[in-house]
Amino acid sequence: MSNSQIPNHELPKKKLKVMNIVWVLVLVIGFFLSVDTTNAHISVLLAPQNFSQFADIFVQMCRPDWSYASTAIPLVIETIKMAVLGTVIGSVIAFIYSLLIARNIIKNKVVTGVLRFIMNIIRTLPDLLLGAIFVAIVGIGPVAGVFALSVFTFGVVVKLFYEAIETIDPGPIEALTAVGANKFQIICFAVMPQIITYFISYVLYAFEINVRASTVLGYIGAGGIGLYLQQTLQVFAYDKTGTIIIVIIIVVVLIDYISSKSREALMK
Amino acid sequence: MENTMKQLPPKPVDLKKRIYHWAIAIVTIVVIVWSCIGINFGRIKESAGQITGAIFAGIFHPDWSYVYNGSGEDLISQLWETICIAFLGTFISAIISLPFAFWAAHTKHKKWYVSRTGKLVLAVIRSFPEIVLALMFIKAVGPGSAAGVFALGFHSVGMLAKLFSEAIENLETGANEAVSAAGGSKWNIITFATMPNLMPELISNTLYRFDVSIRSASILGLVGAGGIGYPLIIALQYRQWNRVGIILLGIIIMVVIIDWISGWIRKKLV
Repeated sequence: MSNSQIPNHELPKKKLKVMNIVWVLVLVIGFFLSVDTTNAHISVLLAPQNFSQFADIFVQMCRPDWSYASTAIPLVIETIKMAVLGTVIGSVIAFIYSLLIARNIIKNKVVTGVLRFIMNIIRTLPDLLLGAIFVAIVGIGPVAGVFALSVFTFGVVVKLFYEAIETIDPGPIEALTAVGANKFQIICFAVMPQIITYFISYVLYAFEINVRASTVLGYIGAGGIGLYLQQTLQVFAYDKTGTIIIVIIIVVVLIDYISSKSREALMK
Repeated sequence: MENTMKQLPPKPVDLKKRIYHWAIAIVTIVVIVWSCIGINFGRIKESAGQITGAIFAGIFHPDWSYVYNGSGEDLISQLWETICIAFLGTFISAIISLPFAFWAAHTKHKKWYVSRTGKLVLAVIRSFPEIVLALMFIKAVGPGSAAGVFALGFHSVGMLAKLFSEAIENLETGANEAVSAAGGSKWNIITFATMPNLMPELISNTLYRFDVSIRSASILGLVGAGGIGYPLIIALQYRQWNRVGIILLGIIIMVVIIDWISGWIRKKLV
């Protein structure tokens, strides 16, 4: 049997999609434009003296100065405190705010629309940027960090939470409305029981992000371990920087693990 | 009869569960109180209100002359640079992430420790502070947006490869089995079954990461790695609130537009 007798031997030709070509073109053009703008040629990085400098720092970081760890621990604790406070303040505000922007609780489209617009603007600002602004406002120290993390947490939690509220079963709300409950009672007995586990899970998730974010906030003066990061980097004491980074990584991975395990337990 | 019906029956009490919940509540409250102790809220500068007012006034009376003046140091070109950093950074990290993702996906290996080590490596990359990475690259390639690109490119791998590996783990194995049943080689399985099924998920995750990278790129400038962050920190230090206002406006508009575009593409993919 030769091939010509079996017409089905070859795979059918795929249809050529024009849009796919357009997307690839956009990607390629974008790639070259960005390389041109940022001047990030891979040859720059791999040039021997540049790369050896990078490797040199890395090698020094890999030989950490363990005696420095005892100095770093108090600030690590301050960092965690900042993250806890930021998460708590931010999520309390987010809790109330999400009830105000959920369309199945507040029926007024104008109110929810305006509040959502404000929320979306707050959500666009990254954590360190908020840190920089709050350092300018309240001065250098952990308070600036707490404020920055609060605003950041608010942005993370409010979006997830109001979407969760909007997907709840409307049955209990209708039942309570039918027996003449007021808004507060409806929220307490119809909305809360359905969403409280989601809320706790989102808060834990925000806490994970906050721990990570708070470790670098100190770099711009907003309190926490980041301060030492900046000090050691400025005097080129990379062995000490290495210690701090290892401590940070251990704390972050540990808290991530605890928090994700408790989230799993919660959602079961 | 009437009397007995009026009262609701008492709620069943699960003592074990109740104790458990109370224990968690008490621990949480203790942690919160403990956190309040060390942080001194009394040390806020007196001028805090005034500066907040000045920043808001700056947002409402922005320094329009900064938007475009053709010098290459204006808002538009800085924002463009930020977008380019994020784009290239995401591009690089998407490529590096693929092998890492296959390493960390537990459905791809028979031995449990292979994927565990992969996951651990990704967790370490994720936790390595982005700013420190940026500073290391600044030492290597000098200050500027190239350092930002490399820092973002390597840092994003931690998150992106994790998302990728989850996508791989959730993949249906049916198509793979079909190809191997028809006599396809390993390479055939990847190109005809795994990749086509995986692609929408990968693109969607990469776009999501691009959203995050835009935000990261706008702060990398704070340490001198290019982008809009540098003029912002300068303006904050020199207390040019009108300029702070226009830069914040620029960042907000840029992020909103990018989020909108990538959300639109992601919606079309699904």
